[in-house]
Amino acid sequence: MSDYSLKTMMNKPDRLAPGHRMCAGCGATIGVRAVLRALHEGDHAVIGNATGCLEVSSFMYPYTAWEDSYIHNAFENAGATLSGVETAYKVLKKRGKLPEDVNFKFITFGGDGGTYDIGFQSLSGAMERGHDMVYVCYDNGAYMNTGIQRSSATPMYADTTTTPVGKKSNGKMQNRKDLASIIADHDVPYVAQTTFTTNFEDIHRKSEKAIYTEGASFLNIMAPCPRGWRYDTPDIMKICKLAVETCYWPLFEVEHGKWSLSYEPKKKLPIEDFLREQGRFKHLFKKGNEDLLVQFQAEVDRRWEDLLYKCARA
Amino acid sequence: MAIKERMSGNEAVSFAIRQINPDVMPAFPITPSTEIPQMVSTYIANGEIDTEFIPVESEHSAMSATIGAEAAGARSLTATSSAGLALMWEELLLAASNRLPLVLALVNRTLSGPININCDHSDGMGARDTGWIQIYAENNQEAYDNFIQAYPIAEDTRVHLPVMICQDGFITSHAVENITLLEDEPVKNFVGEYQPEEFLLNPGKPIAVGPYSVSNYAMEAKKNQEIALENSKEVILEVAKKFQKISGREYGLFEEYKTQDADYIMLIMGSAAGTAKQAVDDLRDKGKKVGVLKLRVFRPFPAEEIAMALKNCKAVAIMDRCESYNGNGGPLGSEVSAGLFRNKVMIETVNYIYGLAGRDFTVGDACDIFSELDDMIVNGKEVEQYQYVRLRK
Repeated sequence: MSDYSLKTMMNKPDRLAPGHRMCAGCGATIGVRAVLRALHEGDHAVIGNATGCLEVSSFMYPYTAWEDSYIHNAFENAGATLSGVETAYKVLKKRGKLPEDVNFKFITFGGDGGTYDIGFQSLSGAMERGHDMVYVCYDNGAYMNTGIQRSSATPMYADTTTTPVGKKSNGKMQNRKDLASIIADHDVPYVAQTTFTTNFEDIHRKSEKAIYTEGASFLNIMAPCPRGWRYDTPDIMKICKLAVETCYWPLFEVEHGKWSLSYEPKKKLPIEDFLREQGRFKHLFKKGNEDLLVQFQAEVDRRWEDLLYKCARA
Repeated sequence: MAIKERMSGNEAVSFAIRQINPDVMPAFPITPSTEIPQMVSTYIANGEIDTEFIPVESEHSAMSATIGAEAAGARSLTATSSAGLALMWEELLLAASNRLPLVLALVNRTLSGPININCDHSDGMGARDTGWIQIYAENNQEAYDNFIQAYPIAEDTRVHLPVMICQDGFITSHAVENITLLEDEPVKNFVGEYQPEEFLLNPGKPIAVGPYSVSNYAMEAKKNQEIALENSKEVILEVAKKFQKISGREYGLFEEYKTQDADYIMLIMGSAAGTAKQAVDDLRDKGKKVGVLKLRVFRPFPAEEIAMALKNCKAVAIMDRCESYNGNGGPLGSEVSAGLFRNKVMIETVNYIYGLAGRDFTVGDACDIFSELDDMIVNGKEVEQYQYVRLRK
């Protein structure tokens, strides 16, 4: 998409209407609107949604914020539910029960709890079976809807309500699961990791590829949560930029097994720059906790090197 | 022209699925229902039907995908047993609350533990409060006939609820018996084309399914579901009448076998009803006035109809192929007794738990139960109101 224009993208009609009940500055809705903007005009969509903030705040009976058909089923089965919808489309088309010129796309959204954890099996099954759908994870690194509990997407040392920092605890003890790699290992045609960059080109471009690549696609979007991460709400773009520039959240894509880096910082910033902005990592900056920062940096470096290796190998 | 065949219950249900050619079938293997998705897959592989089969990775996903497909506007179904149904439990509630007329072929098997693959009704009974219609079969013929009636019941606008068609694991699902099948055409005409009013894939008419509902709305939604279940009783009977016209076979909410003048009635569900009927025939030959009430429709529960059917007998043996761990009796024991009481039918009842995890239930057992009822009424013998049949002590 060499002729990318932010203005053109932003002038497209919104498919998530305002008036929903998500928090001001929530990363999830920014992600959803960006993904849906990639739908070609005239194409219909069925949107799936795992239980979470997004669902309970966007479809509260009798109101819905969704312009397209939408289905929420439960927490752990967004993948399976949408695979049923997609299969129904296939069979209704095959049997001539839908007009030939009608085009439907299938996109499901889940938070990291509903995707990395409880919905992992259902997601894996849907990806392996190769349904023509996109699974979008809005990854805010914890169970935000139930009140900031740790998930397998929570970074090490984050202070959450089930990994609280205390006299004998420095927060979460484990590293985060690398879900994009795991889904890439399902051999699906398209996997990408993205977040919000200055002109939104990365997320818009990847969303379009994910939606219009035939077969199962997976998009992992880092979607900051001001409540859970405890940063100043208007700073979301700064937080995203630091996540990318420190290589905490690298931007990459995997097309038919071929890994490629979407962006490489000219000078990798130290991880402290990303962590310092967030209340959930405040304890890391206390005197005596210097080694925790060293360990955090080492993990970021290890993952970054691993990613560079995967991309170079391709 | 009716077709005379020999088939197992699983074959019979699969044959009905072939005749209906539904749109989408997600399923996951579990004994003893596995044969149904296997046979459907074979029909698809041989080009006999063009149903889309989704080989999901669990029963939870099977019901989730069935819900997705049905909400999208496709006639959908799945099949399972035992732990599979237990894993679907959360989704069973959602299928019903979303008012989706999908169908589940349940092959009844006990729930673990201990793990055991044989028949009892603990799986179906465990799902008794999920808002589904549940219809039980005595044999392969009834499993076939009930399955053909399932979609017309489920899809009726007065109902719009999912339907579970139940048959006993192995006893019915695997035993080969004679059966009379219908030709394909009358079955197709009877079931008809699925014409949903609202569905996800309706171009230009988007809908949203599965809302968050605040307390101000949720209670009415639940009551509407209950009203639909009540309505389904009438629809089940209407569909049965229409089915009789094409098959010559008669179905109601339950079957009354030699109960008109009976002093003692055994109320039973599923394959063991055949055993009970044999006992009735044997005892009738000896001049005993006994009968069987075979419950076909467990949900909606025909409490009043049962009470009226039992009101002239002296005692009823309520047979539960399921323990419900409430210290007071099995599910049928509790519900039938409550139904009798509410309708002021004050007859003696004894609740027997039989056949758990495939334990045999014989004609002799049924005869012993009838004679125990007789002993209780005639000789005033004290009988335990809640007891096990054939329990090793």
